[in-house]
Amino acid sequence: MGTHALILLLLGAPLLAVLWSLLVRRLAGWANLLAALVCLPASILLLIGAGRPRQFFDRLLYLDRLGAWVMLCTAAVYLLSSLFALDCMRHGEDTRRLPHFYALFALFAWTMFAAPMANMIGVYWIGIELTTLVSTFLVGYERSAESMEAAWKYIIIVSGGISIALLGTVLLYWGGTFVLGPTYTLDWSTLDAIAPRMPAVLLQVGFLLSLVGYGVKVGLAPMHTWLPDAHSEAPAPVSAMLSGALLNCAMLGIVRFLAATDTAGHGAWPHRVLIALGAASLVVGALFILRQRGVKRLMAYSSVEHMGVVALGFGFGGALGVFGALYHMLNHSLNKTALFIGAGSAVRRFGSHDMQCMGDLPAAMPGFAWLWLAAAVAITGAPPFGLFRSELSVLMAGWQRPGTRWVAVLFLLLLIVIFAGLLDHFRAMFTRPAPAAPAGPLPGVLSGLPLALAVAALLLFGLWWPPLFTHWFGQIAHALGAAV
Amino acid sequence: MLALHLDPVLASLFSLIAISALVLAFVMLGSRWLKDYMLAFAAQSWLIAILSALVGYAGGYAELYFVAALTALFRGLVLPLMLLWVLNRLHVNRELHEIVRPSTALVMGAALVIFAVVVAYRIGHGVGIETRVVILALTVMLSIKLIGFLMLAIRREAISSVLGVLLLENGVFLGSQILVPGMPLMIELVLLFDLLVAVTCFAVLVRYLLSAVGATGSQALQKLAG
Repeated sequence: MGTHALILLLLGAPLLAVLWSLLVRRLAGWANLLAALVCLPASILLLIGAGRPRQFFDRLLYLDRLGAWVMLCTAAVYLLSSLFALDCMRHGEDTRRLPHFYALFALFAWTMFAAPMANMIGVYWIGIELTTLVSTFLVGYERSAESMEAAWKYIIIVSGGISIALLGTVLLYWGGTFVLGPTYTLDWSTLDAIAPRMPAVLLQVGFLLSLVGYGVKVGLAPMHTWLPDAHSEAPAPVSAMLSGALLNCAMLGIVRFLAATDTAGHGAWPHRVLIALGAASLVVGALFILRQRGVKRLMAYSSVEHMGVVALGFGFGGALGVFGALYHMLNHSLNKTALFIGAGSAVRRFGSHDMQCMGDLPAAMPGFAWLWLAAAVAITGAPPFGLFRSELSVLMAGWQRPGTRWVAVLFLLLLIVIFAGLLDHFRAMFTRPAPAAPAGPLPGVLSGLPLALAVAALLLFGLWWPPLFTHWFGQIAHALGAAV
Repeated sequence: MLALHLDPVLASLFSLIAISALVLAFVMLGSRWLKDYMLAFAAQSWLIAILSALVGYAGGYAELYFVAALTALFRGLVLPLMLLWVLNRLHVNRELHEIVRPSTALVMGAALVIFAVVVAYRIGHGVGIETRVVILALTVMLSIKLIGFLMLAIRREAISSVLGVLLLENGVFLGSQILVPGMPLMIELVLLFDLLVAVTCFAVLVRYLLSAVGATGSQALQKLAG
């Protein structure tokens, strides 16, 4: 199948699901699942076919391996959380609003496929803003006071933050006018080409503003404040999409801007800024994981931590850093989906977000609880799961890079803190008696299946690093200007 | 670039508009009446529309007339009317729980403008262009942005937050008209569209906030912490 057809398939399937949910209204969840089932193979084939960066559809879309990799992560999360949604959303009070939920859900997935493929930087900005607009309604879907509060904070903080990135884009465009004249099209490949010749100050300020702007969306500390609220109050399948897919989409922009400063020869300082933000995210994540009570907030702070790891990987750079960061993106997407499936099911079973209200998990959710525990062990970076390999790779990159050895040591220490803190919460939930007999519904097959699939994939990626990934990562690292 | 070869009359007009927009941002900062914010925002949007038309005339960018019309229509008319509608439904007309008094806020705003001037000169120096219009455009762009963030930080009514976010983007619009008039039309169009969608979101949210939380100020939003 040609690349054009695959792109149409990837962008068309979720839109069809949206239309189906709004017009037919019956079986909306299955239509959404069908779209997700189409998107995953389409994104894999796109990734295989994406060799050199190319532009499509009248230079509107842009496809490179990095973008395709991010879309693969999105598609995997979309499929797993669509399966889970069928089970999870069945138990809501108001089933009449479900078609709306699935329409928004599929539209949210669509925006996350569209943004990484945007060719022009302005359109990418719009794509990221669209993801915010659509997901705001999903965060506020339950209409409780808490979820409205989370949705409100989400849209205000993120649109305010992303407008900083708009300022950065304007300054970069201005920089380009010194090279290409007053009117031109600023797309990703143009940015790479003109970066060395534009006034240095504009590239530097433009990069910093974009980093901060998109950093808000990635949830890098100290711009992460919206993230725990939105992730904890959204319905669990949406939390999985926010954490596993959306954060990567915004990270993609940061990585591309970073590559432009590398091409222009601005040396190590852009990397240092990214490393600083990554380290701050790790610290904030670790501290809040230790003293957390809400189970979904715990997962949310873990996302802050893992985006910090990805930022560190790209910040350290070099083949090892980029390889680790890319592998970590996929591993984190799968793992966080698994964790939110577990957390969402536990919240429903016990009727509370508070971990103090949960106890004796093996009896409360037989079988399911152990899979959830496996996912929790995986997220701490323990072997034999995929995150062990990706975090080790990032760690080694930091150790080898001159001047960042202390960051690598800090990284390692914080990982140990997080390992202890996060698993202690799970120990408590597993061993103490339940304060009250759980009254909510048991997780069904459609919750167990995606959880098992994700854990199996993590185990596979931990035991075996696919050689094809190495090949792709090598190409991406080369395109980003890292010495391979 | 356009800003380098302006005839003096146009350059003065540009400067006048930029400075007036900045003054309007201070009007928003110094008032506690929500209708004043809205009127100041509408006036600022009209100024930006006039600026677009002028830049289009001076630089021969025909599409900027279109952008000007859209800016006036959406940001100058539709958005303020929508906000007015929301205001009337919510029965709030002034900021009740101010964190910082308007007079103090004005002083803070002035400090931010000074910071913006310093940054603008640094950028201008780095680019090698230190004409007055360019420095002024940069200054106004950065200061409106900073004042928008200041408003977000010190105001608690939901409407003030919405206007704060809109103000952030007005700054970028204003600066980009002067600095990069050639930025593609499509971007401008979608930005306007995007803004409309954003405000729809805000309007819906404000209504929800009232029905679910029972208040329109963010001081009620303190359940989620830690």
